[in-house]
Amino acid sequence: MLKKFELILTVVENKKLNNSYFQLILTHPNPLPEMLPGQFVEVKVENTTTVYLRRPISINDVDYKANRLSLIIKNVGDGTNALSKLCAGDSLNLLLPLGNGFTLLENGSAILVGGGVGIAPLLYLGGKLREKGVKVTYLLGFKYNSDIIDLSAFEAVGDVNITTEDGSIGVKGFVTNHPVINSKFDRMYVCGPTPMMKSVAKCAIESGTDCEVSLENMMACGLGACLGCVTQTKEGHKCVCSDGPVFNINELIW
Amino acid sequence: MIDTRVKIGDLELRNPVMTASGTFGYGTEYKDFVDFSRMGGIIVKGTTLRKREGNPYPRLAEVSSGILNTIGLQNKGVDYFIEHIYPEIKDYDTNIIVNVSGTCPEDYAECAEKLALLDKIPAIEVNISCPNVKQGGMTIGVNCAAAGSVIKAVRKAYPKTMIVKLTPNVTDITEIARAVEAEGADSVSLINCLNGMAIDAERRKPILSMVTGGFSGPAIKPVALRMVYQVSKAVKIPVIGLGGISNATDAVEFMLAGASAIEIGTANFVDPSVTMKVAAGIEEYLVRHGYKSVREIIGALEVS
Repeated sequence: MLKKFELILTVVENKKLNNSYFQLILTHPNPLPEMLPGQFVEVKVENTTTVYLRRPISINDVDYKANRLSLIIKNVGDGTNALSKLCAGDSLNLLLPLGNGFTLLENGSAILVGGGVGIAPLLYLGGKLREKGVKVTYLLGFKYNSDIIDLSAFEAVGDVNITTEDGSIGVKGFVTNHPVINSKFDRMYVCGPTPMMKSVAKCAIESGTDCEVSLENMMACGLGACLGCVTQTKEGHKCVCSDGPVFNINELIW
Repeated sequence: MIDTRVKIGDLELRNPVMTASGTFGYGTEYKDFVDFSRMGGIIVKGTTLRKREGNPYPRLAEVSSGILNTIGLQNKGVDYFIEHIYPEIKDYDTNIIVNVSGTCPEDYAECAEKLALLDKIPAIEVNISCPNVKQGGMTIGVNCAAAGSVIKAVRKAYPKTMIVKLTPNVTDITEIARAVEAEGADSVSLINCLNGMAIDAERRKPILSMVTGGFSGPAIKPVALRMVYQVSKAVKIPVIGLGGISNATDAVEFMLAGASAIEIGTANFVDPSVTMKVAAGIEEYLVRHGYKSVREIIGALEVS
C-alpha cells in the first residue's frame, strides 16, 4: 500500500468547465507522491458553517514533470460549492492517495466507460494503460449537450465515443445504447452513477468481459476507520474508501 | 520538563490523549499520520463476542459541526481480534485498550475474559452506551440495574483496568456513573453519542438506514463538558472526558472540568493527526501557565 500524506497544496488554476463542473490544478513545493489511477483524495473544505467532513474527490490526472495534480469536481452542494470559489494562490489541505485504484492491464484493449463527472478518473487511468501498451477506447455518457466538457485530453489518449440522453451530441440514449460497447475488449473500467454502472456491469457479464467499477459512497475518514461507507460484497460489508473504491463486479452483490 | 503522565486505575498513560473507539480503527489505518509513541492510548473499535455485520448503508449523515452515524458495531468478533489483529498491533508503542460491547452480562463477561489473557492489552472499555444496536449497548446504559449487572459480571471476569463508557441519553448520568462505580468500575468515560436524526426533506426520507443514529463532533462538546463536570463531582474514580474534542483547548477544558484523561473521536475523521496537535498543545498550555504536571489541572476549574 502506498504511503498516505496530508499535504497543503496550492491552487494554480480553477477552470470552469461547464455550468456545474470545474477543474482544480494544484501544486506543491516538493515532488508529489506516487498516486495510482482510481485512487482519490480527501479535501478539507474551509470557511463554511455547514460542511464538517472532508470531500472525497477522484484523481483526474497527475503530471509528475510539472508537479501538478488535477481534480474535476461537480458543484452539487455546500462543500463542492465552496471549492468552486477557490482562486489561484489559495491553499487546500488534502489527504492522499487514498483507496486501492484500478488494476492495470498489460497490452490488449480496454473500454473506459464514464458517466457525468465519473469520467474524471478515467483520464489518468487511460494514460497509465496506454503506457502499458493497452489500446484505450472511451465511452462517455452525459445527460445534455451542456454537461459535456472539453474532451481533448481524453482524445489524446484514445478513441472517444459519446452518448447524450437528449441526443444533442453523439449517440442518443445511455452508454449501453452505444454500439461500441458490443465490441470485444479485454477489460471494462466503469465510473459513474450507480444505475449506469449496474447496466454496464450487466453487459460485461453477458459478454464475459472482466469489469472493474469505481464506487462512490458517503464517507467520513477515507481511511477505513469509521466504517461508514460500506458496500455489500460476497464477503460481507467492505469499505468503499479502503477496500475500494474500485471493485471487480464479481465481488459485489448487484 | 513537564510531567504529562496520568493514571487510570492501574493504567499508566504517558499523556492524557487517547483515541475514541470506532474513530481510529485499530490504529493501523492512521499509522502514516501519527506517532503512536506520542499518544496515551488507542481505544480500538468496539468488539463483540461474535462477528457483527453492522447496519445497512447509509450509515452517515453530516450536520453542522458534526455527524450522525449508525454503524451498528460492525466487527469480526473477539476471537478474530485475538488471532489476526492483536498480533499486528500489540507492539505499538502506546497503550492498546479494547472497547467491549455485548447484548447481555454473560456476553460481555466472556469477551472480557478472553481479552484478559492478552499481555499487551492493559485495559478494556466496557461500552454500555452504543445507540445503534437493538439489544444491549445503550439499552443497558440507561438503566442503573442493567448497567450494574453487566459491570458486576465483567468485574468478576476481568482483573485489569476496567473503564465503563457511559451514554448521555439519560435523565441523570451521575446515577449510572455511581451504579457502575459501586460494581467495581475503575473509571468512567463519557460521553458516547447523543441520539439524533437527519432528514432529507426533498425525498421525505430519513438519511440514515436505521432512521436515528449517534450524534458526535464539535457540536456536542458543551453537553459533554457539562456531564463530565457533573460526573467528576459524583464519583471518586477517574473520569475520562470525550465528546467533540478537536483541539488542545477543548482537551484542557475537559480536564479543568474534572477529566483525568481525554479521548478524541470524530475529529480524527477530518484531521488524522489531531492527536499529535492536542498532545503538543496541552504541554504548551501547561508551560504557558507555569504548571509542572498535567495532573495539576484535573478539576482545577474555579467556580465562584
